[in-house]
Amino acid sequence: MRRNQVAVVGAAETTKLGVIPDMSQIQLHADAALNAMADAGLKPSDIDGVATAVESPQQIAHYLGITPTWVDGTSVGGCSFMLHVRHAAAAIEAGLCKTVLITHAESGKSMIGKQPRSFQADSLQGQFEAPYGIYGPPSQFPIPVLRFMKTWGITHEQLAMVAVVQREWAAKNPRATMKDPITVADVLNSRMIAYPFRLLQCCLVTDGGGALIMTSADRAKDFPHKPVYVLGTGESVETPMVSQMESFNSSRAFKVAGPTAFREAGISHSDVDHLMIYDAFAHLPLFGLGDLGFMPYEETGKFIADGNTRPGGKLPLNTNGGGLSYMHSGMYGMYALQESVRQMRGIAPAQVPNAKISVCHGVGGMFAASGTIIFTNEK
Amino acid sequence: MAEPARARPKITPETQHYWDGAKAGELRLQRCDSCDHAYFPPRPFCPKCGSRGVSVFKASGKGTLYSYVINHRPLAPGFTEPYAIAVVELEEGPRMMSNILDCPQTPEALELDMKLEVTFQTIDDNLTLPQFRPAKG
Repeated sequence: MRRNQVAVVGAAETTKLGVIPDMSQIQLHADAALNAMADAGLKPSDIDGVATAVESPQQIAHYLGITPTWVDGTSVGGCSFMLHVRHAAAAIEAGLCKTVLITHAESGKSMIGKQPRSFQADSLQGQFEAPYGIYGPPSQFPIPVLRFMKTWGITHEQLAMVAVVQREWAAKNPRATMKDPITVADVLNSRMIAYPFRLLQCCLVTDGGGALIMTSADRAKDFPHKPVYVLGTGESVETPMVSQMESFNSSRAFKVAGPTAFREAGISHSDVDHLMIYDAFAHLPLFGLGDLGFMPYEETGKFIADGNTRPGGKLPLNTNGGGLSYMHSGMYGMYALQESVRQMRGIAPAQVPNAKISVCHGVGGMFAASGTIIFTNEK
Repeated sequence: MAEPARARPKITPETQHYWDGAKAGELRLQRCDSCDHAYFPPRPFCPKCGSRGVSVFKASGKGTLYSYVINHRPLAPGFTEPYAIAVVELEEGPRMMSNILDCPQTPEALELDMKLEVTFQTIDDNLTLPQFRPAKG
């Protein structure tokens, strides 16, 4: 994909985040979409491309009154929206549509108008994992952690620091769900969920949504806000079964998506001013730093524990507070993208001064899928 | 009211041999006749080279503990105490999920790379689950 040919011209989250018991899931989509259209100065009739996950594109297009010429229903978990951005950029460049709306929303806490997640008893996961007591993401996502720790010499304290540092970012963000400072001891004494992870190393469960609007770079300059250009993109999938990953020392999906985006962008790691790595659980930033090639895996834990990713550090990471402290409605990738866009617009609550390049890396399922988007505010 | 039951596999044509094997006290894997790749979970072709020429064989049942969590909450239906959800690396190469039976469910007792052996847990007349326990001797 060519660099900087497509831009984000509208971006917004739902009016409220957290616990929203008075809104169904599809209305959360609409709330985010209407906010994003207002941000871009557009009406539903201006949109000709729709991408969404879990809910179908026809559901969203009909509810919002949109007649699309292009849709994308890619639904590979929480990074689906990174893949939507990539696919939308390609579609806009190919002339399949001009103005794409990407929506996410999930009534993850209140469960209004939302189907419970489940898998079939005759799927491979249903046959070869479910009988052993997997039951929700906390029982599955941390399964690789002990192997990763042993191979790379990562400590429990370093994995606790991930949560501590992200809470420091969240404290700067009025919309963050959890803002009170925490210590390593707080993390290591919080309730055990799935050893080795405790409550404060697991993501929040909240309600909310977000939406993005994309168009060609040529048109982007006529919109109300500073365009945020798509500089590079990558995607991949590995397996829906965490037990069947090629290795627990890294993520194959991350190692394909991340470096693909860097190659496409034509940048090196030292060019990155701002970084988002989807943190459903505390180990993901370590996998991400290693798999995206920022540093050898054995240095990732120390890098975070030494404060390099905290406010004022040399590599600001998860500056909204992340899935651990900002919000996590179930498919957090959209909120990571929103924070990258805010940072590139220069309007983030914890703004990184003069940030010009933002890398936004997402995960879907339990390392099942991955998408990486690199944004810039300079064309 | 009966205790909520553990999730049960629903067998498909491609996995029938595996579950029949468990009932007969055998851990059955598959190997490619062309490239010799041993693999799991079951499917009637080789995921490495795409050949449809594959054979079912009885695995040694030996493995090592690759990684695990000890799940505290929420407990899955059919489980009443914190339990390890482990991934076992089989001698033949493939990895598979298992619980670790006949062993305290603690970090001290569950050491990565410890030797394990297969055992078969009878859930009821219709279902036997392959499981692993610390190797004896």
